[in-house]
Amino acid sequence: MTALREDFKEILRLVRPNTRVLDVGCGEGDLLELLTQEKGVDGQGLEISPSGVAACLAKGIAAVQGDGDRDLDHFPTQAFDYAILSKTLQQMREPRHVLTELMRIADRALVSVPNFGHWRMRWALLTQGRMPETKALPDPWWSTPNIHLCTLRDFTTLCAELGLRIEACAAVSPDQPARNIDPARPIENWRAETALFLLTRERPRPPAPERATTGDLFD
Amino acid sequence: MSQTVIESPAIETNGGTLRLPADAPLRLDSGATLAPLEIAYKTYGRLNAERSNAVLVCHALTGDQHAASVHPITGKPGWWNRVIGPGLPLDPDRYFIICTNVVGGCMGSTGPSSIDPATGKPFGLTFPVITIADMVRAQAMLLDALGIETLFAAVGGSMGGMQVLQWAADYPHRLHSAVCIAAAARHSAQNIAFHEVGRQAIMADPDWRGGAYEAHGVRPEKGLAVARMAAHITYLSEAALQRKFGRELQRDGLSWGFDAPDFQVESYLRYQGASFVDRFDANSYLYITRALDYFDLAASHGGVLANAFRRARDVRFCVLSFSSDWLYSTGESRDIVRALNAAGCRASFVEIETDKGHDAIFLEEPVLHSALRGFFESQASRRGLA
Repeated sequence: MTALREDFKEILRLVRPNTRVLDVGCGEGDLLELLTQEKGVDGQGLEISPSGVAACLAKGIAAVQGDGDRDLDHFPTQAFDYAILSKTLQQMREPRHVLTELMRIADRALVSVPNFGHWRMRWALLTQGRMPETKALPDPWWSTPNIHLCTLRDFTTLCAELGLRIEACAAVSPDQPARNIDPARPIENWRAETALFLLTRERPRPPAPERATTGDLFD
Repeated sequence: MSQTVIESPAIETNGGTLRLPADAPLRLDSGATLAPLEIAYKTYGRLNAERSNAVLVCHALTGDQHAASVHPITGKPGWWNRVIGPGLPLDPDRYFIICTNVVGGCMGSTGPSSIDPATGKPFGLTFPVITIADMVRAQAMLLDALGIETLFAAVGGSMGGMQVLQWAADYPHRLHSAVCIAAAARHSAQNIAFHEVGRQAIMADPDWRGGAYEAHGVRPEKGLAVARMAAHITYLSEAALQRKFGRELQRDGLSWGFDAPDFQVESYLRYQGASFVDRFDANSYLYITRALDYFDLAASHGGVLANAFRRARDVRFCVLSFSSDWLYSTGESRDIVRALNAAGCRASFVEIETDKGHDAIFLEEPVLHSALRGFFESQASRRGLA
């Protein structure tokens, strides 16, 4: 393996040893393989591409071919210590639902999101008036899988709305060491290319809303 | 299926027939009992000192115990000689591989062609109806006799995969890992419908004689051949049939009649039917298809499939399906995986891209073999196998 990706290094640092880890969008299982070797985790991957899952199996990584948008619903509550979603949230049809499901399935979530508020994005949009194409988001608008882009501030706002606590946050990029940041500081919304969050539940999950048994329109 | 691979002499083959006495009956789901019971089996490789390397390979509807050894009737190599063998995913140098003929079968295990001790004649239709769970219970009795408490793995495709699921439901504590290939947790209406066509073909043959054909010295070969022909279509994909045969003719021009097959696909099916009757018993075909049709793992667990796997949280599962399999489609495997996840079991699942249909279980499928190899490797290291 070539030099470790910097975001992997940061995830490796944050995950406690001998825990149960679900990697949503695990690709060919490189991160899970690393976590298994270095931290002795009990890993499970979810990956949409058959070739990715086949590569996982060939490496001995447990992986299920499936779709993060649809298949998380089938996992039981608190089945994992960590759920990892690495640069995938913005590709989901329903990111809010996915985030809620991750926090139901696992005690902690490690979520990384490319920051659309980064100065290069803003500069490109301001000067060219076109959807930016950068190293982190290289595809033109008409072919990008990233259908739900957000800024750092958008994401922290959503976390607050969902009652999620940000335990740690780091600015990561593939080739630079991770840098711990306070995501609430406006400057970080300009300079963090991608942010990795360690999330926990702020408050106990609210009880399921009681279904009205009377008062239906047709009663 | 043209298999020309010669069986490797390096495989250590053993086995025989376990005969259980009359006071150790097999209790059946139907309420009946079978005694004395015979279970025919083959083994490949050696059981290690810790007795931790045993792998049970479960066969499909028309399979038998000769998974990796030459078939005594057809002389063909074992049906899974691409998976079991030196350097293959199930290497006899490493694992002790056991394959039993299912109860109800016709290759040495007690079945409808066995002699009923009460009458001294073949059971025929007086043989009790059996289920997939009965097959698995008989396998567990064989393991008891062999002194094997836990299996490193139970592995099977098609009906073999259903036995693996049943193993996970009934004996999770005796299972380290489980591999279920191209199977389903229940038989669908379409599955049952195809089987009914086969059964009716057998029973419509005048030589079937109400199931007592052996006493009359005849065999319902025409009916059994038609049953096999109908079933064989379901094992192949439309694309594979088209690729292999298209509308190719047997000879120049049409025959303008019905005596000889005009199309190559007809000739192929007739050959499949004709060669099948040499090695298979018609009543066994009735009984085993019945067992498959009765299979519904959710129904026997309160209507919730996940309930079947609640005790199997320590078992590692690998579920595989084939994209062009329309007998037990990917959707069926996906249901199994979702139930496993819901039960809190660790499972791997991949749909293998192929146009070979259900038959891909037995064919050259590199992704299937690399997935099996990777799964067994990781499980072996978890189990501490050398």
